[in-house]
Amino acid sequence: MYAYIIKRLILMIPTLFGAAVLVFVLMRLVPGDVCEIKMAGDGAFVDPEAIEICRQNLGLNDPVYVQFGQVIWGYLTFDLGTSMWTGRDITHEIGLRFQLSLQVAFMATLVAILIAIPLGTISAIKQDTWIDYVVRTFSIAGIAMPSFWLGIMIILGLLITTQAWFGDPWMPPIVYVSPFEDLAGNLSQLIWPAVATGYRYSAVATRMTRSTLLEVLREDYVRTARAKGLLERVIINRHALKNAMLPVVTIFGIEFAFLIGGLVVTEQVFNLNGLGKLFVESVETSDFTMVQQLVMLVVVIFVFMNFLVDLLYAWLDPRIRYA
Amino acid sequence: MAAILEIENLQTQFFTSAGTVRAVDGITYSVNHGETVAIVGESGCGKSVSALSILRLIPDPPGRVVGGHIRFMGLDILALSDAEIRKVRGRRIAMVFQEPMTSLNPVLTIGRQLTETLEHHLGMGREASNARAVELLGMVGISDPQRRLAQYPHHLSGGMRQRVMIAMALSCEPELIIADEPTTALDVTIQAQILELMRDLSKRLGVALIIITHNLGVVARYADRVNVMYAGKIIEQGSALQIYHQPSHPYTLGLLNSVPRLDRPRQAKLDPIEGQPPDLTRLGAGCAFQPRCRFAVTRCAQEIPPLETVSEGHVSACWRRDDLGEKMRDAS
Repeated sequence: MYAYIIKRLILMIPTLFGAAVLVFVLMRLVPGDVCEIKMAGDGAFVDPEAIEICRQNLGLNDPVYVQFGQVIWGYLTFDLGTSMWTGRDITHEIGLRFQLSLQVAFMATLVAILIAIPLGTISAIKQDTWIDYVVRTFSIAGIAMPSFWLGIMIILGLLITTQAWFGDPWMPPIVYVSPFEDLAGNLSQLIWPAVATGYRYSAVATRMTRSTLLEVLREDYVRTARAKGLLERVIINRHALKNAMLPVVTIFGIEFAFLIGGLVVTEQVFNLNGLGKLFVESVETSDFTMVQQLVMLVVVIFVFMNFLVDLLYAWLDPRIRYA
Repeated sequence: MAAILEIENLQTQFFTSAGTVRAVDGITYSVNHGETVAIVGESGCGKSVSALSILRLIPDPPGRVVGGHIRFMGLDILALSDAEIRKVRGRRIAMVFQEPMTSLNPVLTIGRQLTETLEHHLGMGREASNARAVELLGMVGISDPQRRLAQYPHHLSGGMRQRVMIAMALSCEPELIIADEPTTALDVTIQAQILELMRDLSKRLGVALIIITHNLGVVARYADRVNVMYAGKIIEQGSALQIYHQPSHPYTLGLLNSVPRLDRPRQAKLDPIEGQPPDLTRLGAGCAFQPRCRFAVTRCAQEIPPLETVSEGHVSACWRRDDLGEKMRDAS
């Protein structure tokens, strides 16, 4: 097992290298660069020499392999460099937002798990009854509703109900505080985006839980469990759910990685200073270095989540053994 | 000997989009204390469904027991509440299923699957149930039982898994064990071992046994009484000796002739039953076996023959059982 973990960790290196090359090349295929956008972005006349000097300073005129070498050297020395747009330290810029994005991703995943597994289970047990229909409608709605729209509705709902009940409208705070400083304040800000995105992402998982559980409930070993006279609750919890969790775990793993960098619009709605917003801004300004590091961050999380999911598989299903 | 299980006119049907399937269509038989009763027939003749009906394990929908009575030790099984039937399942009537590969839960240890019944029905604690599980595994001939408790089903061979299933069935000392094709999925050499084991344990512990099989060879050696089923009905019933030596239904005869035997000349060809079992959603007016029967007469297509006595304790549902008795045997 430990040998397997080490092997997997080593195998991550070529994957990450491949991703680094891909992002590096793709960014440079897009016409224009940060200097053009910075100086000539608004259409005014700019001395081409000034742009040239800017490029010179940022190293954009260096041969491509030199530039790439610098990126890789940066990884080896744990130096992510500075933003081409703002000139600020990238580690610092990402660090500022990473905590928030990570927390929202965790909370949204938690919300999704808390919704998906119980609802999917009930829906499967009560297949084709009104309970099942209600759950399925609820989860279809989650897929159909964009989470930013749900976010806007949540904010509106909060404003209206608080005004109606307490006389004063209340809105989630806009400034991020660390949960270690002020947990209540932190949660009162982040619980709403977590619910908005978690609900959407629970929808897929609810349906997956329902369908795999239905499949498992038809297995011979569930019939064996029934023939033993066990309680239905025990049959579901002990015999069926663990078997049904494999595909659901995969969904959670993939979605989590997406949540780290993909919540662009939701961040906008709730005024969160997260990675998604930074991502879009950096792409707009052709901030090569920043985009490179942001994509790599998501790639690292993705690869790591996949690895984690594989380990979870082995824990859930003893037939899966890694060597 | 008193009957511990009496099944009377049991009818189980499946309601499918293709129509109503009369999987079990009015069967009546009983099982005495400590006795081994076999139910024999082709795939799809309703033998497994009749067994699952006894423990009310028919998935509903689409299936349901629509008529008849099942009486077990004074209990009216079909009238029990869900909680009451759960006290019968695994505790007083246990089942051994056909596929040991899929009938054990792949993600739970052998130990857990054995102890959960003990904890649930007998209220045993962890230590007591572990000790009992070791004892049970030893009883069914599994070596190194202590170590097996921590293993998962995929660590064991098919025969071993079926032994585990039998240990599970025995765990609460039930009065009746229903074994649904317990050896079909196993190698021939293992089949005999498993059957010997079951017969041994049932005799030793006084457990009654219902063995469901399509193999008449099994019946001859292990069963006291035999029910032959065809298209959801029992078409012949008798002691194993009677069925084996005086088959009084063309279908039983066909089953006997389709089994290879060592006491026949080597050149003798096997004599299979031609044709397919009927579609249970569309049964005709007459005997269900009539289209495949080489002894059929006009009446067979018009009226369903009732079960009538051939000799003491031996009944058969065939219009020609009397005048054909001799011919049939000659034909074999």
